[in-house]
Amino acid sequence: MKKCSKCPKPATLHITELVKQVPHEIHLCEDCAQQYLNQDEPSPASEPEEGMMVKLQLDAGDKELAELDKNVCPNCGISFREFRSQGRFGCPHDYVVFGDELEALLENIHDERQHCGKVPKRAPSDSQRQYQLIKLRSELRKAVAEESYEEAARLRDEIQAMETALSQGTGDAD
Amino acid sequence: MELDDLTHTSGEWLRGTGPEADIVISSRIRLARNLAQFPFLSRSDESTRAEIEGLLHQHVSDLRLPQPLTYLDVQNMSELDRRFLVERQLISRELCESSGARGVGISSGENVSLMVNEEDHLRIQVLRSGLALEDCWEEIDRIDDSLEEKVTYAFSEQLGYLTACPTNVGTGIRVSVMLHLPALVMTKEIQKVYQALQKIHLAVRGLYGEGSQAMGDFYQISNQVTLGKSELDIISEVKDVIPQIIGYERKYREALVKEKRRDLHDQVSRAYGILRTAQTISSEETMHLLSSVRMGINLGLIDDLEIPTVNELFIHTQPAHLQKLRNSALESGERNVARACYLRERLASNNDVP
Repeated sequence: MKKCSKCPKPATLHITELVKQVPHEIHLCEDCAQQYLNQDEPSPASEPEEGMMVKLQLDAGDKELAELDKNVCPNCGISFREFRSQGRFGCPHDYVVFGDELEALLENIHDERQHCGKVPKRAPSDSQRQYQLIKLRSELRKAVAEESYEEAARLRDEIQAMETALSQGTGDAD
Repeated sequence: MELDDLTHTSGEWLRGTGPEADIVISSRIRLARNLAQFPFLSRSDESTRAEIEGLLHQHVSDLRLPQPLTYLDVQNMSELDRRFLVERQLISRELCESSGARGVGISSGENVSLMVNEEDHLRIQVLRSGLALEDCWEEIDRIDDSLEEKVTYAFSEQLGYLTACPTNVGTGIRVSVMLHLPALVMTKEIQKVYQALQKIHLAVRGLYGEGSQAMGDFYQISNQVTLGKSELDIISEVKDVIPQIIGYERKYREALVKEKRRDLHDQVSRAYGILRTAQTISSEETMHLLSSVRMGINLGLIDDLEIPTVNELFIHTQPAHLQKLRNSALESGERNVARACYLRERLASNNDVP
């Protein structure tokens, strides 16, 4: 998540501004965007300095984007950059993988980071194994598509064993 | 129950019988849920979508509800039928317009709908006529509990129910109340309501939710925050603000009656007259006129028409409904003629409430 150019909050508005005919991107959170949009025409004297400042942030932004591309969920394969561009997660495990980046975003949306509502009676235990099932199913589909039937059979057995273990585990817990 | 059976009926939530039903059309609560062992839908290929749909179809069909539930296959439904269900508030536009395996379970009174493979694997929705959010919560909580015995929801102790979009995470709850606010619109006071609600983090939307315009002076008020508060706290936040808006709307209605009774009576009577006699009429004009007529009934300016009939006309004069009633595809111009004809017939026999 790209940070606001003026404060530590995540940016929600992305503006491309021409400073001396050179385009510069500015990333702003909702509050700073309001201030930015309400301000009068920027004074010409401040332009070069501001342009330079934005440029530095832009370079940092490119590095940041490359980093975001590396941050990938091992289960569903979505990168944090993809999530950012489409606004939808790929699987429940993304909330764990992108945990650090999400904290500020969730606080920005909800003002809170801790759930305090309903909890399922059925224990949400074995979530790691639930998430692993997502990965195994995707590998199984790939194996079938590539006609690697031995591998597919192995994966199918592994999925079945895990599903059985999960259902028995939950049964015991109940 | 078949889909076509719905064409000539209207949902219980349109009966105009609940508390504050002169101003509050309906109360609605929905919960967003996902199955822990599958990816969210943006990362599900066709076979995974079908697997999720098959599983939830089974569990939804097995639910024991006070009213029988019918499961409809939305994927293989005609576009007209899908649009009909959107107009009926039984499916979202997203479920209507997306592709792949998806479906909806609908209770016979149309108070409950369970959408499978919408933005989340499951969206449970409960509707009631008038201001009845506690009733909605009791029913939806029971349905959620029953399903939770059969499936493992994606849930984390820190973040609650995990959803495809971070704006729904936590409780996954969206609490909405649909209000009819013609006097606030006429006096342009509605802008103040908008601003006040935004300050307390409540959203104001049109009749068909996100991105839709407020047609016929209908406004939907709903919570935005879903994390860090309990379901009952969120329900209270929405519910607590409604009496103030109702009071505000009533105050301006009374002022209009007192200060501009003749003008108001003229406007309401003309609206009723046009609806009873027009030969061709657009959807937008119909909504606008029905809104005036609805207010006129509540203020005692019209005494030979019932609120449930007007509520029903709002829904039944929309494009897909008209085409279902006529049993044929109609172009826009043909629909305007069919709409006027339907209104004339329905208002000529308005004492025969079905």
